[in-house]
This record gives sequence, C-alpha cells and structure tokens, in this order.
Amino acid sequence: MTLLARLSRSLTNRFRANQLNRVPSPLLAHTAPWLSVMLASLIPAMPVIASAPVLPPFGLLLLLAWRQVRPGVLPVWAGLPLGTFDDLFSGQPFGSAILLWSLAMIGLDMIEARFPWRSYWLDWLVSAGLLCACQALGLAFANAAGGSAALIVIVPQLATAILLYPLAGRLVSALDRMRLLPIVELD
Amino acid sequence: MAPPPNRRPGFSRRAQYTTFFGYIAGVAGALLGGVLLVVAITNPAAFSGFRSFGSDATAPAAGLAARTRSASYDLFGAIGGYFAAGQQNARLKRELAAAKVRLVESQALAEENRRLKALLGLADNNPKPVAFARLTGSSASSTRRFATLSAGTRDGVAIGMPVRSELGLVGRVLEAGHATSRVLLVTDGESVVPVRRATDGIPGFAQGRANGTLQIRLISLGINPLRRGDAFVTSGSGGLYRPGTPIAIVDTLTRDGAVARVLSDPAATDYVSVEPVWAPEALSPTLPASPGGPSQRRPPRP
Repeated sequence: MTLLARLSRSLTNRFRANQLNRVPSPLLAHTAPWLSVMLASLIPAMPVIASAPVLPPFGLLLLLAWRQVRPGVLPVWAGLPLGTFDDLFSGQPFGSAILLWSLAMIGLDMIEARFPWRSYWLDWLVSAGLLCACQALGLAFANAAGGSAALIVIVPQLATAILLYPLAGRLVSALDRMRLLPIVELD
Repeated sequence: MAPPPNRRPGFSRRAQYTTFFGYIAGVAGALLGGVLLVVAITNPAAFSGFRSFGSDATAPAAGLAARTRSASYDLFGAIGGYFAAGQQNARLKRELAAAKVRLVESQALAEENRRLKALLGLADNNPKPVAFARLTGSSASSTRRFATLSAGTRDGVAIGMPVRSELGLVGRVLEAGHATSRVLLVTDGESVVPVRRATDGIPGFAQGRANGTLQIRLISLGINPLRRGDAFVTSGSGGLYRPGTPIAIVDTLTRDGAVARVLSDPAATDYVSVEPVWAPEALSPTLPASPGGPSQRRPPRP
C-alpha cells in the first residue's frame, strides 16, 4: 500500500510540473469512488476458489473507507446501487448487501453526528463494529436462505477485515489523490 | 474537522433538498433491500437471471483469473518439486513397481467384470460427460459456498447436473446461465450427498459445514464404526449423483458420524467435468444396496 501511495505521489509530482492550465477530469473524479468499490466487490469472486469463507468483504471495506476518509464523496444512498452490484457476485441471498450496506451508511452518518470529533482509533473501532455487524447479519440471512454455517466460520475473515481496514483507508486516500489529478487541459 | 452540528448546508433550497432526498433515498434503499431479501429467502431462484447476467458479463475476466491461478499453482509446484526431488524419485520407483503388479491384477479384474456383465446383460452405464469447463470464481467472502463454472446452457449444462474433478465430487449445478453457471459446492450447508463407505458400503449422508469440511452422518445409529482415514464415495441413492464417485476422507470422529475432508479441493482443480443427472431407473429394487451390507461392520474400538 505504501508502494501505491508512493506511485500516486510520484504521479502527482510528475503532473505538478505541467499542472498549469489543467483541471481534474470530472468523469474520473466522479466515477472513481463507485468504480473502486465495484471492483473491490469483484475481488473475492475472482482469484481463488475457496472452500471456506476466507477473504474479507473487500467491497464493504472500501465503501466504509471512502465514507470515512472522504465523507460526502459517496452519498447516503450509495448502499443501494453498490449493494445491488455486490449481491450479484457475493453468493449471499439477493438484497442482503443492499439492506446491510444502506443501514451501514445511515449508521455511519448517525455516529458521525453523535461523535463529531473523530480520530484514527474511533474510525477504526466504528468500522470494525460495522464490519462485524454486517458479516454476522449476512451469515444469518445466508442461513435463513438455506445455508447452515456456524458463527465461528466467519471469525478468520472478520479478523482479516478489521486488520485490513487502515490499509483500505490508505488505498482510498491514494485513489482520492489520483482521482483529483489535474489531467484535462483547459482551452 | 468536526462536521457542523446543523446539517443544513446553507440557504440554497436546492442543496437542502439534495440532502433531504439523499436521506430519504438511503432509507428507501434499506427498505427495498429488506423486501428483496425476503423475496430471495422465500424463493431462492428469484434473482437467478440477474446473477447469471452478471457472471456472463464478467466471464472473460474470470476466465483470465482462472488461467492465472492454475499457472501460479504450476509455478509453485515446480519450485517446490526441486526440494524433495531425490527422495521423491526413490519413493515413486517403489510405488511404480507395486503399481505395475496391481495394474495387471486390475486389468484381469476389469476383463472378468466386463465378461460377467455381458453375461448378465447389463449395459455399462458410464455416461459421457456433458461438458468440461473451469471453475472461474467462487463466493470467497460469503458463508454460502458457490462457484462459477465457465459453461452454461449453450454447452448443454442444465440445473441439477453433478460436477466432478478427476479427484472426486465438487458439487452440482444450481443455476445455469448462457455461458456460465453457478455450482453449489459440496461444502455448502445446503448440500446433502448420500454416501457410503468405500470399503463396506455403510450408508450415510454428507452435509457441508461451510468451512471446507463435511459432516458425515450415518443412517444406522448406534456404535460409530468409522475410523480416521475411511474413504467415502457417493452411494447414488435417490438419484442425481452417480454411485462410486469419491467424495471425502474421515478426519475426526464425532458422536454420530465424523467430520471429513473433501477429496477434490476446488481450489486445486483446473478442469472439472459436468455429468448428466444420474437416474437410477435401471436398478431393480431387489438388487442389494451395498456389497456386504451393515452386517460386516468392524468391531468397535476398545
């Protein structure tokens, strides 16, 4: 992740040399948060054929990170479209991520209003709590739809997800810098 | 920086409405999600069209990921092979010598088997696989165990067909799209496979535990005759899965059965074959269900 940050910084520096008369691409600036969360939703589906739930929910991880690192970039209703996309590939019963991600977005907003002075540890704690709640409820929904998994099954992926959260925040801040690179020349 | 205690973004009416309707849309999204979830739970096949469309759309990327995965397995295997080459060579030579003898024996048995079957007028029911395909993805972050198969209805895949690798049973087709289909892996909690012990045919069934192992429950309760290392194959009772497909090996014993490891780890399989649904109409009810039967149980351990 530090590599990614360094890459983005070097990219930024390179563009800074001829930064005059340039603005960020509005297309990139507006779509980058959405696309990154959707790509992250695809990650668990692609590279491994797992016989146990081993990978953390990358989509939810990145959604929470975007919402905490750059509040306001993704709206409160972002859980609806992004959750729909995640449900197509996650294997959960359809609607699970729509419901849970929408509730997580609203919950984050309420927590932000309740504790206005946020800190690194509070952010981490809040998203750890949301990750645990979403995965546990997701397990309950999956079991209601026909599965029969014990709660202990999701413990490894929860631990990974909670430990990965600060890295997801770093990734989001790097993406945020790239998103706002001045690359479009003004006439 | 703390957000302002007042959520009102300013005097702009438009900005105020945007904030307000944002919250309305957020709550509406949650409600819609709840409704969709109830529909999906009561009718699991309700959204299969959307899912098939999604996996069909991402099929090229998934295929690429699958090829990369199998290539990286080969690479690690090749590197690991150098470390144990000499030892392995000696062991393989011994095993080869033993295997040559067994091969001749089994050829003789196969010949005898064929002759006896011809005598009885039984057809050799080894149907040709419907399709060969890769597993291109799985639900690695969900507690349900689904995999995506790179073959769909255009290759002749239909719902219910068993999927196996050369090592053993992988699962069965749950939803069939045009170019891809969804496979319910045997390790999912919803998957129940009728099995029997390979050596003496003690019947039972294997249910997934969603963590890569299977719970084997025996039909005849009583003293648990299982031992660590017992191999289980599908029994074919009830149809669907062809009998004799290897599925799992007992790992730890429980009170009413055992926890077994799946033989064909889906992560290590490259190609899988989709078999036609096995319908046991040719079996007459008088045929013994298992060679030996439950009377040949091993004595209980002390």
